[in-house]
Amino acid sequence: MEEKILELERRIKQLEATKKKDQLSMVVFSGELDKLLAAMIIATGATAMDMEVKLFFTFWAISALRDKEKRAEKKELTSKMFGAMLPKGTSDVKLSKMNMAGAGLSMLKSLMKKKNVASLEDLLQTAGELGVEINICEMSMNLMGFSKDEMIDYPKLDYCGVGTYLSDAEESAIQLFI
Amino acid sequence: MSQEELVAIQADKVVDARGTACPGPLLAAKKAIAEIKSGEVMEILSADEGTKKDIPKWATKKNHEYMGTVEESGFFKIYLRKA
Repeated sequence: MEEKILELERRIKQLEATKKKDQLSMVVFSGELDKLLAAMIIATGATAMDMEVKLFFTFWAISALRDKEKRAEKKELTSKMFGAMLPKGTSDVKLSKMNMAGAGLSMLKSLMKKKNVASLEDLLQTAGELGVEINICEMSMNLMGFSKDEMIDYPKLDYCGVGTYLSDAEESAIQLFI
Repeated sequence: MSQEELVAIQADKVVDARGTACPGPLLAAKKAIAEIKSGEVMEILSADEGTKKDIPKWATKKNHEYMGTVEESGFFKIYLRKA
């Protein structure tokens, strides 16, 4: 009898250790406004549902986190060129569909205002206030020719590698890739 | 709860989230519920259709009692009792 109880206790401990946290891990890969909006709406919504939220920004999405006002120092020429071709901050990002040289983009932006949908800038601000963590993939940031000096001021901003994302994702009840 | 009973409720806190679309009302509700005591009633005004389904789901997760929704013209009122 006692042995059985001990065995059960051991099993419960094991289960508790592997139980998923009430946490959302999201890879934000895309750099277009529509996809970034979806990512940030889910992220802020998840905090309302009392989930911990960890975003892992990689590749094209990192463009949106560049600060227009900041200048990066000491870049190689190719990095400079690549960086110049990529959007600089949220105000520069385009639509994945129907961008139509910016016409579709400005139509969507005016519709969003009319329908009280928060802008990407507002969503980032809200996410910061709600404690959403943003981790930037250091490798892809360097690859795109960006540097830490040109990233926005955001409360919980950090730099990491794929291992951090994986260990966060492993313990999260929800994992997404956008 | 019947519509008559819901309409008669005097909420302890009213949150007007009509100026925001998803996820605005949910965020507003989360913020506001921290400002009332257990057992008190909160009324959320929203014009965002999705909120009608979202708030009850959120309430269930947080063990708040979802009391019901009253339709008005162009918006609706959702009633919750804090756990």
